[in-house]
Amino acid sequence: MKPAAFDYFRPASLSDALALLAKYKDDCKILAGGQSLVPAMNFRLARPAILIDINDIAELDYVHADDRGLHIGALTRHAAFHRRVVDGPLGALFSAVARHIAHYPIRQRGTFAGSLAHADPASEWCLLATTLDATVVAKSARGERAIAIGDFFNGTFSTDLEPDELLAEVHLPPMGQGWRTGFYEFSRRAGDFALGMALAALRIEAGVVREARLGVGGVSDRAIRLRKLEERLVGGAASQEMIDTIAREAWASVSPIGDIHATPEYRRDLVATAVKRALTEAAA
Amino acid sequence: MNWIGRSLPRLEDPSLLKGNGSYVADRIGNAASVRFVRSPLARGAITGIEIPSGTVVFTGRDLSGVKPIRPILHRPDYVAIGQPVLPVDRVTFCGQAVAVVVAEDPARAEDIADRVFVDIEGENAIVDLDAALATGTAPVHPEAVSNVLVEGRMKTAGLDTAFEEAAEIVTLELRSHRQSAAPMENRGGVAVYDVASGRVTLTASVQMPHMLRTGIADALGMTESDLRVIAPDVGGGFGQKMSLFPEYVVLVWLARKLKRDVAWIEDRRENFTASAHGRDQAFSLRGAFAKDGRLLGLDADLRSNVGAFSCYPVTCGVEPLMALAELPGPYDLAEYGVRSRGVTTNTCMMAPYRGVSRPMLTFSMERLMEVAATRLGIDSVEIRRRNLITAFPHRSPTGLVYDEGSYLQAMEAAAKSVDLPAFRARQAAARLRGHFLGVGFSVFSERTGYGTPAYAARGMEIVPGYEIVDCTMDPSGDVVLRIGSSPHGQGLKTSLAQLVSDELGIEPHRIRIISGDTDATPYGWGTFASRSMVIAGGASKLAAGKVAHKLKTIAAQLMETTAESITLENGWARVSNSNQATAIGVLARAAYHQSHRFKGLSPGLHESAVYDPGGTFSNACHVAIVEVDIETGGTRIERFIVVEDAGVLINPMIVDGQIAGGVAQGIANALFEEIIYDESGNLLTASFADYLPPTSAEVPEIEIIHMETVSPESITKAKGVGEGGAIGAPAAVVNAIVDALSPFGIQLFELPATPQRIREQLRRAGVATHG
Repeated sequence: MKPAAFDYFRPASLSDALALLAKYKDDCKILAGGQSLVPAMNFRLARPAILIDINDIAELDYVHADDRGLHIGALTRHAAFHRRVVDGPLGALFSAVARHIAHYPIRQRGTFAGSLAHADPASEWCLLATTLDATVVAKSARGERAIAIGDFFNGTFSTDLEPDELLAEVHLPPMGQGWRTGFYEFSRRAGDFALGMALAALRIEAGVVREARLGVGGVSDRAIRLRKLEERLVGGAASQEMIDTIAREAWASVSPIGDIHATPEYRRDLVATAVKRALTEAAA
Repeated sequence: MNWIGRSLPRLEDPSLLKGNGSYVADRIGNAASVRFVRSPLARGAITGIEIPSGTVVFTGRDLSGVKPIRPILHRPDYVAIGQPVLPVDRVTFCGQAVAVVVAEDPARAEDIADRVFVDIEGENAIVDLDAALATGTAPVHPEAVSNVLVEGRMKTAGLDTAFEEAAEIVTLELRSHRQSAAPMENRGGVAVYDVASGRVTLTASVQMPHMLRTGIADALGMTESDLRVIAPDVGGGFGQKMSLFPEYVVLVWLARKLKRDVAWIEDRRENFTASAHGRDQAFSLRGAFAKDGRLLGLDADLRSNVGAFSCYPVTCGVEPLMALAELPGPYDLAEYGVRSRGVTTNTCMMAPYRGVSRPMLTFSMERLMEVAATRLGIDSVEIRRRNLITAFPHRSPTGLVYDEGSYLQAMEAAAKSVDLPAFRARQAAARLRGHFLGVGFSVFSERTGYGTPAYAARGMEIVPGYEIVDCTMDPSGDVVLRIGSSPHGQGLKTSLAQLVSDELGIEPHRIRIISGDTDATPYGWGTFASRSMVIAGGASKLAAGKVAHKLKTIAAQLMETTAESITLENGWARVSNSNQATAIGVLARAAYHQSHRFKGLSPGLHESAVYDPGGTFSNACHVAIVEVDIETGGTRIERFIVVEDAGVLINPMIVDGQIAGGVAQGIANALFEEIIYDESGNLLTASFADYLPPTSAEVPEIEIIHMETVSPESITKAKGVGEGGAIGAPAAVVNAIVDALSPFGIQLFELPATPQRIREQLRRAGVATHG
């Protein structure tokens, strides 16, 4: 339960951090909140030769909204979302989802961007980012690039980030007042990772769904956007009948993984339930 | 002033709450760090161990003079297995210590341990209980070809007739999956070597310090007086810290070998892989019921997975023999047949865990009652009413004698507390809205506070049971009580102080209780098996009573009256029917400094007493009200009620704490916690990310109602109450789930009843989530 030996850097600026990344590349890990990395190091499941602690880099600690949407810096803690960071449905959704993430002390340390970089398939933030078309801003000494969330996750604990890149910011498009959202998660205990969860966002005008976003998480090696079902939703009413249909098709469309916590059959059942409950909340 | 019966705040708490507790890890000092290298495989032959050069590492070959840990039961059906402190030839479970590293700090020790390469020729491991019993498997130990280490059988003469006459025969297959006690503080020990005397002091997080001293001294061939064992503040044990573990023997061996202090603080992964487990049991039951619901006969095949070795001193018989003896529980059963086996596998050793077999026994009997009630069309409460023991003392078919209890009254009180007719109406209304509520009962009795006769009956070579207490009043009138029990969170010091206060007429804060130090306490058996309040309490009462008698004799001589006319209260020795009194402090000083004045009395105020009772049964009825989400399989416990009869409560607040903590572990057993191995014997649940104790969010407030049956079997009138919460809760919760799901005709016979298992049953019953 003691980590293997490592070197430790605590740069005070982003450029210093990027220089270290450029120098050490695969040998290093970024330490932000450390809520996943540090236990993994203590178990010696992760053995980075070098830790780059970014907690002193004040320029990464921000969350702000503008007409392009929400911008979340790499050091924004989960707890920052307890209160609404932006007016309207997006801020409310973030606030609701944040309360499902682990426990209060963990939320004070762990970061939004760190969750994405860690890429746990049962992470609430990975589901939210996937479902709501987030963009990841990766920075390196070579420059900066924007990665669409659909291209970001490569699988469990695996992303498109290059060894010299830092996940500097996550950007979410704005969500106008016409949107309604729903989130449902099932976990064994309060604060556990989800065994199944769904996030739905609907823009309803005069009883007709005009736009829809629907995703499920905790099911396979990454969060899944259910685009075909989104298309089914658009143009009709978000009726109970429609919700049941979507839940049934979600159930049929996923190929869940099995592990000691849940069999594929059980996860599939949870997908249908989560989709139904998330959509019901969004349509209410 | 009567101190017994008052919810006195715990005398232990001020220092613990202020962070002044002192645990093993607080006592490392300058000791070198010890790390164990553990087997990555569950079974195989050790072909070599590569040790990095320049490191201090010892293996089984270095410890060849150390005797294996080999507890004995004198029974023809017991196979004694020796557990090598560090194995030389073979590994028997994944996580078994095979080498030990000594280094300057824990991180370096772990670095070195990483580089010790253990070469093992792997073999197919036997993990599953019933697979171990299948013929044709290569045995785990050559001494036990059938993998059965202990087996008990009995059958009453009328059993077959009972089944012939039965109106209904209920056959059940029940399963309890493996659990860990998961104490908040892991194991750990610091062995300090005294260069001047050659003595070793082992400070360790344990429940039985004297037993540990004996066990280590025997293993190392040293005299017990060369070893002192201290149990400091201990952060939970629940049975896991009773046994002699190889690590403690190795620590003392290292201290003597290296002539320096060494410390091992177990980490959580080690605790999960290599400390002890329990509750891995499979029971096959057949119950013969009369038409009116009376249980005429019970036939049981009970299998307990005892893991790779036999725990010292209680042996691997602890679960199977408890199961055999106590399965009938609170029910008046005439005919009983049973075969109970302890089965060895390539898994971590079984050791006692709060409740020992009785959570599974109670689960089994209470599920049996429910199924029979449903089949026979009898109400849940009514079928129990017709079967509970109501006349005492009662002799069970296994020969146990149950002292006075309130089995029926406790159940009636429990049923009343939930207002069953009102609940049924609410349940029916909720179902119409798609909400599935259920109520479940669990009635049980619990043998507590049993002394040597009970352990001797098991055939144990080491027979625990009695307690010795030394009680000394000093010249100031303050009292020191030295006990062999070893409390570790139970608040025993407060309860004993209350008991002794009433004997001696002084306030509890003037009583200091010394425990957990083999140099400072009489030989005793520690704290386990719901025994300390009954046995150490009884011995304390007797010892304090002797001191009280001496004080009265002195007072009588000083005040020229008889000892019988003296009462001790509020710090004074008073002569009854007069206003004459002497302060107890004055008497105490006189006992030491004016001893020449008291004819026929020895100087001072020092007395010792022993108590070795036969045992007393406490009893309870648990009721759970739950709501089951049929789409997720999730269970929420809405209410949990305990009606408990533990005789006279010395400190009701402490009793309530014991019950609530036990129920929380019972809820863990019912819904959450499960140790899982893969088929090769690798532990898949080695952290709290995968092994799931419930949190305060999952455990409801526990409502507790007390009843008080006074038994002649306990001189303090108190019955044991440490384990009951854990024993009753699983059955109540699962019965409630089954009741909630009765519209779907679902039965559950497996612990824990996880959402996945519940959902699996619902899916089979045609309840889809996608319709």
